[in-house]
Amino acid sequence: MKTETRHEQFEAPSVLGNFLRRLHIDIPLFIGLLLTSMLSLIILYSAGSQDMDVLMRQVSRVGLAFVLMIVLAHVDPYQFKRYATILFGIGIILLLAVLIMGQISMGAQRWLDLGVFRFQPSEMIKITTPMMVAWYLAEYSMPPKAKQILIASILILLPTLLIAKQPDLGTALLVASSGAGVLFFAGLSWWIMAGIVVFLGALTPIIWHFMHGYQRDRVLTFLNPEADPLGRGYHIIQSKIAIGSGGIYGKGWLGSTQSELEFLPESSTDFIFAVFAEEFGLLGCLGLLTLYLLIIARCLYIASQTQDAFSRLLASSLAFTFFVYVFVNIGMVIGVLPVVGVPLPLISYGGTSIVTLLAGFGILMSIHTHKKFR
Amino acid sequence: MPNMYAIKDHSVEKNIFINRIVAAFIVISLLTTGLIVRLVYLQIVGHEHYSSLAKDNSIKIVPLVPTRGMIYDRHGKVLAENTTSYSLEIIPEQVSNMDDTLHRLQILLDVSDEELEQYQKLRKRQKRFVSSALLLSMNDEQLAKFAVARPYFPGVDIHRQLVRHYPYGDLAAHVVGYVGRINEAEMKELPIAEYRGSSHIGKLGIELSYEHDLHGKTGYAEIETNVQARLLNTLNEVNPEPGSNLYLTLDIDLQKIAYDALGGYNGSVVAIDIKTGGVLVFVSRPGFDPNPFVVGISNDDYEALQSNENQPLYNRALRGLYPPGSTLKPFVALAGLEYEAITPEQKLFCPGYYQLPGVTHKYRDWKKGGHGSVDMNQAITESCDVYFYRLAASLGIDNMVSFMQKFGFGEKTGIDLVGEKSGLLPTREWKREKKNQAWYPGETLITGIGQGYLQVTPIQLVKATAALANQGKVITPFLVDKVVGAQGSHSGTNSNYYNVSVKTENVNAVIAGMINVVHSARGTAKGINRNINYQIAGKTGTAQVLGIKQNAKYNENSIDFKYRDHALFMSFAPVDDPKIAVVVIAENGGHGGSVAAPIAGEVIKKYLEENHEN
Repeated sequence: MKTETRHEQFEAPSVLGNFLRRLHIDIPLFIGLLLTSMLSLIILYSAGSQDMDVLMRQVSRVGLAFVLMIVLAHVDPYQFKRYATILFGIGIILLLAVLIMGQISMGAQRWLDLGVFRFQPSEMIKITTPMMVAWYLAEYSMPPKAKQILIASILILLPTLLIAKQPDLGTALLVASSGAGVLFFAGLSWWIMAGIVVFLGALTPIIWHFMHGYQRDRVLTFLNPEADPLGRGYHIIQSKIAIGSGGIYGKGWLGSTQSELEFLPESSTDFIFAVFAEEFGLLGCLGLLTLYLLIIARCLYIASQTQDAFSRLLASSLAFTFFVYVFVNIGMVIGVLPVVGVPLPLISYGGTSIVTLLAGFGILMSIHTHKKFR
Repeated sequence: MPNMYAIKDHSVEKNIFINRIVAAFIVISLLTTGLIVRLVYLQIVGHEHYSSLAKDNSIKIVPLVPTRGMIYDRHGKVLAENTTSYSLEIIPEQVSNMDDTLHRLQILLDVSDEELEQYQKLRKRQKRFVSSALLLSMNDEQLAKFAVARPYFPGVDIHRQLVRHYPYGDLAAHVVGYVGRINEAEMKELPIAEYRGSSHIGKLGIELSYEHDLHGKTGYAEIETNVQARLLNTLNEVNPEPGSNLYLTLDIDLQKIAYDALGGYNGSVVAIDIKTGGVLVFVSRPGFDPNPFVVGISNDDYEALQSNENQPLYNRALRGLYPPGSTLKPFVALAGLEYEAITPEQKLFCPGYYQLPGVTHKYRDWKKGGHGSVDMNQAITESCDVYFYRLAASLGIDNMVSFMQKFGFGEKTGIDLVGEKSGLLPTREWKREKKNQAWYPGETLITGIGQGYLQVTPIQLVKATAALANQGKVITPFLVDKVVGAQGSHSGTNSNYYNVSVKTENVNAVIAGMINVVHSARGTAKGINRNINYQIAGKTGTAQVLGIKQNAKYNENSIDFKYRDHALFMSFAPVDDPKIAVVVIAENGGHGGSVAAPIAGEVIKKYLEENHEN
């Protein structure tokens, strides 16, 4: 019975589909990512004051990221499982190295200078953390027991705290949620999750105590942006003006007046959604959110089709983290979440995040396209 | 059995997982709906409100720039102030006929063609809807004329701004420093909120070191403007908090006396209050006029300053590296006593030269024929080189260096100015590392008379001199006495000090020699002991010129002058109750006694006259 069902699935794709599948590319996901990346270039052209140099730099980064995605899609998912611990260990060591070098240079440091290019270990750890937690939990039966939850929590907290110390609150948040995502999909009891929420609530004053001055400022500004309209609140006020003035239909491509007149800071990086919303209006925003949801839905579908625990935990967690990315960025730009440095995935200008994101999708494609040829 | 269990477990796991996928999708959908609700709120409900904010007729938030704090000397004389200046600014987008407007302005205000050309250049680089200046500082006549004709010039307006001014010009430029336009690199480092609207920032000296205190806190106003960007109404205002005023320990009158006394020599005079460490005089000559830097010095003028062979931009007092020459001898003598390498009474014979055992090279004394048999007092008084060659040889370089280090040689003094140099106190390790050579015994000898690799800054030497006067209490020198701001006042730096344990009788033996330098008939600085009713302790120095690094560009026709020795003098007074320590370095001055000592004498005399009652 079982073999027959699988056989039917195998027959279904066309010749072309079959060929592409042999290339280990998942077509729906690939199309979604390509559309989003193209949209990114269109917005960047407008947000970056129509600077062709900016655009070309982003084109080459996106190209590189796509190549990396396809390369990773060809790696057998078994290899990810096999090397999960080593990759995670390297990531932690690099984070420590960055931290120590940061201590020496007396400032925030996120990069390791490798001569040819600068490498940000916190980006790598965004993928290796869920990989590590998935590897660990996959060894046991689900749902995880108390001891496994504890060890998994340590595996998550270690990189999170190292990154928070850099200090890079946005990335720390993403790493923590990628690890937490694994626990969630492994079947962590709802009661425990409720307990953690209450616990974190109680922990807030302590976290507050350990926060950097500017991190506190960001939270305070979020709670009351009007308190400092020139500095930190300025971002939020200006982005709300840009978004609100866009209305339902928007001002049209290249029609953003707020970024053009430089009212809106960081318009091509973290706050690019404001430019998008001003130019394409509510309808454009709904379109973009739909595109994101389709990508996430496809990823969750891929996760649901997996046969082994490691792949399913990793795949679902990557999908979940992608959503956290979208939610945190848009949430901060529209003023419902504090301003933490998280870019809008696949859209914001900047190389490091897009490479990591597409690497994650490469892993998802690998998980999806390999199982059927086993 | 285990197999069956595993299969059952597997299906349970799959079930849990599918449940979680569904749950995740529900959560994601709910949160996305939340985002959409907010977007609907902003873009439909709030659309009108935000559109009006975004349009030209809108509420803008403008920064209110704080007034920069003033800088005063110890007697309240103004060293840095803010003067009002009026500029004529044009917003091109609001001018209907630019050529006509410029033409009419040129006739009305007598604008030169050069100024007009400058403006045209400036305009091309300017962002939209931002004004740029046609005239940087308008005179009274121009102001009056434009005020009357203003209605005929839409888009043209007078802007009032405060411009930093340094009334003493080149006299205190190296201490006070200057402010200049914020450049791109600085912009990245600065907290944007604090500097929104600020155009200038401290670039040098106190202006740089105390930027944080001087700048103040930026305020803001929410204003309603019309299409012409003219102010209609101020809705809300948070006043800026002005920068703190700084009161320096510097005495600008004394500074002037020292500066003038240096006369034609390049060099430095530094004086500090021995009790507190407060810097009284901080002269680096030649100085430069800091005022052009505020409005933006022209390239040609800057080039001229840069290439000037006298290096006016170089802060000699803080960064000038000089061999201390014989001014080091008191410290070497004290080291000899402390390490019990010698006693004050012990006499050493000076035939006019010294030879290391088994070496033919003669290390010469400055006095041909020698000083004969001299004790420590005579050796200091007459600056006998051979005595100190022999003392250095018996002390050894390691002891000598570790003793000098305690008095702050070879490291920054910690004065509250940015850019200090640490000088050089050569050690065996240093030489091996830098020159890849062993330390030679001959180098110990010349280090003993303050030559060789040794390099000190004037501020370092004065700090060490004060420490000697203070019986080993080494105080960090400082310039800012008080910071007086809206939130109250506090002292500039915490006065820091540490004690070097030295025997009082040893210090007094050295000081006795230094008294004779000034007050005995054979003293090398006996010229300055007239008409004073107190004692000065001092030591002359004549440093062979190795050329401070900055002078590498000296041109050929001054090469002879360049190789003349530097004249040095270190001193403190009065001996019975030390109040002021002075160090003078006159570059290529020849002899410490005849050139440098009188300058120090003048500073001491003036200071003690004025502070007699204290």
